[in-house]
Amino acid sequence: MSKNKELISKIGLRLDGRRANELRRIRCKLGVFTEPDGSAYIEQGLTKVLAAVYGPHEVRGGRSKAQHNSAIINCQFSMAVFSTTERKKRPRGDRKSTELSMHLQQALEAAIKSELYPFCQIDVYVEVLHADGGIYPACVNAATLALIDAGIPLKEYVCACTASLANNDIPMLDISHQEEVLGGPTLTVAALPMSGKIVLMEMSQRFHLDHLDKVLEKALQGCKDIKEILDNAVRLHVTDIGSSTGWANTKH
Amino acid sequence: MFTTKAFIKKSKIGHFLKNVREHYIRDDIFCGVPSCETCHPVESHLSSTYKNVCCLFKYNHYLILDTNVILDQMDVLDEPILENIIILHTVLKEVKHRSLPIYKRLQSIIDNPSRHFYVFTNDHHKDTYVKQDDKELINDYNDRLIRKSCSWYMKHLPGEIFVLLSNDAKNRAIALAEGIPTLTIKDYIESVKDNSVLLDKLAKKDIHVETYTKDIFPPHLSNVELLTGVKNGKLHQGTFRASKDNFLEGFVNVDSLEDPVLVQGRSGLNRAVNGDIVVVEIFDKKEWVSPSDIVLEDEGVAEEGIDEIELKERELKRSKKIKEEIKPTGKVVGIIRRKWRQYCGILQGGMDGVYQLFVPSDRSIPKIRIETRQADFLRTQKLIVTIDSWPRHSRYPHGHFVRALGKIGDQTTENEVVLLEHDVPHSQFSEEVLACLPKLPWIITEKDVKKRVDIRHLDICSVDPPGCTDIDDALHCRPIGNDGFEVGVHIADVAHFIRPGTAIDKEAASRATTVYLVNKRIDMVPELLSSNLCSLRGGEERFAFSCVWEMDANANILNTRFHKSIIKSKASFTYEEAQMTIDDKSKNDPIAMSLRGLNKLAKILKKRRLENGALVLASPEVKIHMDSETMEPLDVEVKKLFETNSMVEEFMLLANISVAEKILDEFPECAMLRRHPTPPSTNFDPLIKAGRHLGLDINVECGKNLAQSLDEATKPENPYLNTMLRILATRCMLQAVYFASGTLQKEEYYHYGLAVPLYTHFTSPIRRYADIIVHRLLAVTCGADSTYPDLLDKQKSTELCQNLNYRNRMAQYAGRASVAFNTHLFFKGKLQDEEGYVLHIRKNALQILIPKYGLECTLYLAKKGESSNIFEYNEEEQSQKAGNITLHAFDPVKVRLSLDSNNIQHEKFVLQLVSPYIEGFSVQPLGESMEVDPDKPASEKKRKSKSESHVKNKKKN
Ligand SMILES: [Zn+2]
Repeated sequence: MSKNKELISKIGLRLDGRRANELRRIRCKLGVFTEPDGSAYIEQGLTKVLAAVYGPHEVRGGRSKAQHNSAIINCQFSMAVFSTTERKKRPRGDRKSTELSMHLQQALEAAIKSELYPFCQIDVYVEVLHADGGIYPACVNAATLALIDAGIPLKEYVCACTASLANNDIPMLDISHQEEVLGGPTLTVAALPMSGKIVLMEMSQRFHLDHLDKVLEKALQGCKDIKEILDNAVRLHVTDIGSSTGWANTKH
Repeated sequence: MFTTKAFIKKSKIGHFLKNVREHYIRDDIFCGVPSCETCHPVESHLSSTYKNVCCLFKYNHYLILDTNVILDQMDVLDEPILENIIILHTVLKEVKHRSLPIYKRLQSIIDNPSRHFYVFTNDHHKDTYVKQDDKELINDYNDRLIRKSCSWYMKHLPGEIFVLLSNDAKNRAIALAEGIPTLTIKDYIESVKDNSVLLDKLAKKDIHVETYTKDIFPPHLSNVELLTGVKNGKLHQGTFRASKDNFLEGFVNVDSLEDPVLVQGRSGLNRAVNGDIVVVEIFDKKEWVSPSDIVLEDEGVAEEGIDEIELKERELKRSKKIKEEIKPTGKVVGIIRRKWRQYCGILQGGMDGVYQLFVPSDRSIPKIRIETRQADFLRTQKLIVTIDSWPRHSRYPHGHFVRALGKIGDQTTENEVVLLEHDVPHSQFSEEVLACLPKLPWIITEKDVKKRVDIRHLDICSVDPPGCTDIDDALHCRPIGNDGFEVGVHIADVAHFIRPGTAIDKEAASRATTVYLVNKRIDMVPELLSSNLCSLRGGEERFAFSCVWEMDANANILNTRFHKSIIKSKASFTYEEAQMTIDDKSKNDPIAMSLRGLNKLAKILKKRRLENGALVLASPEVKIHMDSETMEPLDVEVKKLFETNSMVEEFMLLANISVAEKILDEFPECAMLRRHPTPPSTNFDPLIKAGRHLGLDINVECGKNLAQSLDEATKPENPYLNTMLRILATRCMLQAVYFASGTLQKEEYYHYGLAVPLYTHFTSPIRRYADIIVHRLLAVTCGADSTYPDLLDKQKSTELCQNLNYRNRMAQYAGRASVAFNTHLFFKGKLQDEEGYVLHIRKNALQILIPKYGLECTLYLAKKGESSNIFEYNEEEQSQKAGNITLHAFDPVKVRLSLDSNNIQHEKFVLQLVSPYIEGFSVQPLGESMEVDPDKPASEKKRKSKSESHVKNKKKN
């Protein structure tokens, strides 16, 4: 496939009909399971991710690992066999999922007030049900929701988003799989959108320094937009739960 | 606002994959019609003031086009008559998928505001998007989308009229049933006011034959039959190459077969046109024949007559078949893809009425039937015509007139033809490009001085061919230390004026090179830069990029540095003037000293370079003296070379090599370099053979050996022999090409002709784009400029190199074609005896080289296809014998030169032998009074007053 393919038409629409600064449709739900302490499901376009949180609980497998000043965040990333167009057995712990697990852990550690739980451990499991570009951001966003559902104190939302360059010039947001394949380098950013802190940044290929600023700015804007959407979902969820017990009705 | 597109795709390894993609439906896409009050105003070129005038509709109306109209009738759309056209996104996508060139033409019309086109993104609009049904074919689905948009527009704006133009009868029928006004483009145009231009350009795709006519050609097989045939090996797919000499013969090059497949006759060629991708059926072995050796010219004059063609087919069958030369033979049974383009040519005379025959100048293309109402005018013109279709009942393909280039035989027309046929971009620079030029008066500011090394005090001068206005390079040399020298090569700083990504940069990148025709120069950058601000003229302060070496007396480089500078050249010399300055012992000014120093060092450099195995090649380069008033060539001669030519060349080579090393060091992945591949050994066969007949052993094992054998290959009795061998050697070489360093292995960087491991182009940025890129890279290495994304992108650089290589090749061919045309013009009506040499011996002819005019012509010893009763051909010795005279390759001869202008599109030289005199064959020398002495031209005084125009010396490396 040619690298020159126009990712944004002259009319300003992307291949799937979005404009450059538009996210894919996000649908999410908190508390999808009863067994874990917290759980969430998120759809970003066709990328679908489930997250479950257990803990905080005592460190398993010997106290030697435990930290006296903070909790251990343990992340497990996996992909369902049917998540990509080609069915493939994906053993746990292959290089890609180990790397993604570590990146996920890095992003979550920045947001969780882990100092409140010394000698404890928090387990976060994410499973990609369908992959259509932007797997990592969807995992971060799902994990954030699951942590909130579990009632674990966070400094603020941690959100992630991708951005890239279309036609080698126009920065665009939230890259789909099709655009990943056809397009150039993708920048993935995980951030604390309220304070504007970047907790993780990754590039799929080299690209020229001149472009970095505008693409990064686009990705950060994406994180902020996602935060708004997640925040709404959380409020709606809390209202729902609240309404069954009756207390929230007084407010709304 | 959201839907998904699901489709199943087969992967390469044969697994079935299900692909699902998102497809967003929006409510913020607007109709673009200016009178609409519901939609937000949006940038749209549609106009309420411009009105389409068609007598079928009372009011102004908007046109919506079906895909087939755009694909078939682009030349009609190019005319600024049909306007206010809505292009649906569905249609645009399909056009792009079906034909990229047409898509690009359409896109440029869409971008032009005065054409009033608007693209409506119907497939993402909430009211015009419809889902594809399960079993619906893609074509039917697209038609349905188009109709859906038409009815939406009608409902959206009941006050306006929308008309669907479609050539698809089925689509039209359904549209009419749905109440959408619809027409074919032909019916529409016939009712448009002032339509004669459009009618000429209407492509003739669907000509219905009312009267029964005999089918002249067998039918083609259907696509399905072709594909299954190719798959099961019964048929073969390949590229059709028509013979230039015989219009009833051609070859099909099939990838999987070693020999091309011969096709002959009407039914064999079956409407294949040169370049088409066709499918052939190969006959049984017993039906195979040998390629014919006769020349058959299509002399048909009328559409209907096929008697003549049948006659010629019989002639073809009769022509003798040689058993040993039998080739696989077959017939074309179908066409996979047409490669029709636009063709230059003229109308054939002698036809009345609206149907005319067009004769392309490319002899491998058949004549084309066109319909025109201005035949009398067009007969005087060179034309461009394109093919639309070739129905079975028509002897000639049907096409239409695109545009006229100018009067036949005019310099300007012929230049235009040369430029078009070699795909040289030569339109005026656009406003956008000119806007990038610096404002005049251009002054050097304090800031400029600070950023550059000020060497205005140095005694720099330039040496170029006479009349050169685009001076790229200047030099200086001064003694330093005990016996050392500082030598500087200063190159015009074009990159200072052409910034990356600007309109002027894009234009220059696309042009790639300045093209030199005999009396015309097609600049790569606008004249203000090429002949003024960048040109390092004498006495002017100019920006330069300098490469400065410290050398010892033996021209060994001790130190190299690069910097941007301000220079003031003290003088611009011609090669001849510089030579005179060096030779004039009485001159001892700094400039003369500087030139002498350069000359001395250059000689050492050259010697060393040749010792390392660099090749000295030769190809006769011709200079044409032009009359400045009438622009007619006055005289043609081979360029004279001075020592100073090679002096400048040596330092340019050295600068290029030094720069290549520097940029590769800094940018191992994306340095733009130039390589000259080692030719495969079989390329040298003609050279070795020629040497063997002379009793000379030419060693071609490596460049060094070749250079050495060429140096030794001399015979005192024939001083021109060595040059002839070098001309032959030049023809064995491959083209040198640009490449990005990261794309090849280090060993492949080698430059064979120069015998250096690394080379690039740095010294001519005014006329070559590659040099601009090299300047930008070099500027980064010395901190004078910063990088930009495309400069460091290996992929982009590779694409750029491909364009540069293509354009350079075409520019070279165009230059040669221009020289050939002007040489012809010069010889028109003249008869001259000239010195020449035999280049090759053929069975029935001698290939003669006439060094004075750089001409290579054929001297026929017998009519084509016949054997001579005077000459005796000895294949073993490669000689022709007549009586007691024997002619070998490289023998000097005297020939009479004249021009045969019977075919105005293909003039050619005719040679007659003057000496050695052979009874019954040679002609008597021309009378003393008519003879032109090459040393003392009679019109010398007159000539000096005429300006000279030059084919600029395009350095071979
Ligand atoms: Zn509207």
